[in-house]
Amino acid sequence: MLAKEMSARDEVSETGGEGTARPSPPRPKVRLRMINAKVSRGSALFFGGLPFLFVAIAYLAASAQRLAVNPSDKLLPSPVQMWSAFLDLATVPDKRSGDLILWVDTYASLIRLFAGVGVATFAALSLGIAIGFIPRVRAFLLPFVTVVCVIPPLALLPILFIALGLGETAKITLIAVGVAPVMVRDIANRVRELPPELVAKAQTLGGNSWTMVLRLVLPQVMPRLITCVRLALGPAWLFLIAAEAIASTEGLGYRIFLVRRYLSMDVILPYVAWITLLAVITDWLLVRLSRAVSPWAHPVEAR
Amino acid sequence: MSRIVVHGLEKSYGDARVLERVNVTAEAGEFLSLVGASGCGKSTFLRILLGQEQQSSGVVIVGDGPIVPEPTPQRGIVFQRYSVFPHLTAIQNLLLVEDFRSGGPFGRVFGARRRNARQEAEAMLARVGLAHARDLYPASLSGGMLQRLAIAQTLLGRPQILLLDEPFGALDPGIRVEMHDLLTELWTEHGMTVVMVTHDIGEAFKLGTRVLVFDKVRHDPQFPSAYGATITYDLKLDRKTRASSHHLAKVAAMVGTTRPETAMATTAS
Repeated sequence: MLAKEMSARDEVSETGGEGTARPSPPRPKVRLRMINAKVSRGSALFFGGLPFLFVAIAYLAASAQRLAVNPSDKLLPSPVQMWSAFLDLATVPDKRSGDLILWVDTYASLIRLFAGVGVATFAALSLGIAIGFIPRVRAFLLPFVTVVCVIPPLALLPILFIALGLGETAKITLIAVGVAPVMVRDIANRVRELPPELVAKAQTLGGNSWTMVLRLVLPQVMPRLITCVRLALGPAWLFLIAAEAIASTEGLGYRIFLVRRYLSMDVILPYVAWITLLAVITDWLLVRLSRAVSPWAHPVEAR
Repeated sequence: MSRIVVHGLEKSYGDARVLERVNVTAEAGEFLSLVGASGCGKSTFLRILLGQEQQSSGVVIVGDGPIVPEPTPQRGIVFQRYSVFPHLTAIQNLLLVEDFRSGGPFGRVFGARRRNARQEAEAMLARVGLAHARDLYPASLSGGMLQRLAIAQTLLGRPQILLLDEPFGALDPGIRVEMHDLLTELWTEHGMTVVMVTHDIGEAFKLGTRVLVFDKVRHDPQFPSAYGATITYDLKLDRKTRASSHHLAKVAAMVGTTRPETAMATTAS
């Protein structure tokens, strides 16, 4: 009976008291502080687009000016030139190998990127949780991970190429070694920041170390892990392009550094834009993934 | 269901002594209210009973033997905050209890056992008046609903001893009265031993069968943390003394926080 009363009370408080809609009085015109002035959706779009527009106009103007002086100028190609070069790479088979270069490059690069980041994510999840949750593992591994974290990964690149050869393994390892330590530390910290009340409560409900990892730590850490991957993708692209620039036979980074010799800005610029597009799409997908996997961590969207 | 014996308990953090010479014996089924000024160590005492912290010296016996120095299903806990798992909906929070209890490699029960667990969870959810909030995440529950869910979850663990750390401290007065009624009903149904830490003396008198006051008896003006608090007043309540203004005023004066009239009003509610 009591329960019924209580639930009824909650429903009333949730729906709110006043049902009658009164016309709201006109808002007084006040000059708000800068930090309180809200931006409408339309003006947010407009202002957000401005920097892009500015860069595009500046480029177009400079390009048109140079091309007017010297039509065979290569430094600032016109959009038409870039588009045709890009279309050639995407649709016309290469004379020597018969490949569609853009797609071969993209495929090779993405495989390397995702393999490297995938290995790093797995390491972050398993090592990070172990270090954060189990004091013995923390004592054993945390000093080592902390030291590995400060080694500049690019300094390891020659070692990797010597030790692992010039193949895919070295490139994937560079990406994994480059981003994993930071991710491991981040996840370990996040696990240690779990409210001790939750861990205590899980134990009073009979959780053992393993079931608590599965049912408490893993789901709690998931949104942070995805954020971690999003942040790691920036450095991952950096290591990928560095590795491809030095030793590779295909890949987005390889292509950019290859055509640099011929000053082919009409290829380099579209490639940079293409890489940017791939990165943006990956990031967007990860945000979606986070919302799908951990709806509780995004309460505004869930409502 | 399980008695608690504490003898000569002492707790220090480095040089600072928080608790000293704490002796108390609670019979099975008692409802102990712990009151005292802020920082007097009553929450530390509760965390020792929980197993989250260990005493520096002294004996704590819970049930048949010395206390296990880690939280176990024998002792359930409801905290003031972080009392339910934010990544699970209300019903999932309750289902988790059976999953944890099974302790299998997947941390999850299946088949008939899951169906039973679901039935039990639904019944418990309805019992605490949260059937309508079944699929909501804790982030969208109010403070009172969260604590009801927390109590339901803890009770599903079937603890012999229920520990409450200021469970209603953050709630509105009206909701608090509802929670008092709910807790009293559940305590009567399940008959476990309850230890509750509270700032609200009225609440302590209203719910408890026994009120324990924690306070310092020795003071060193040169080194305030030299001595810890101990139990200075141990009052067994029965139906007659429960609403006695005399005792209430006495305890209120000892704790020095709540005005006796307000405490009286809470007790009467």
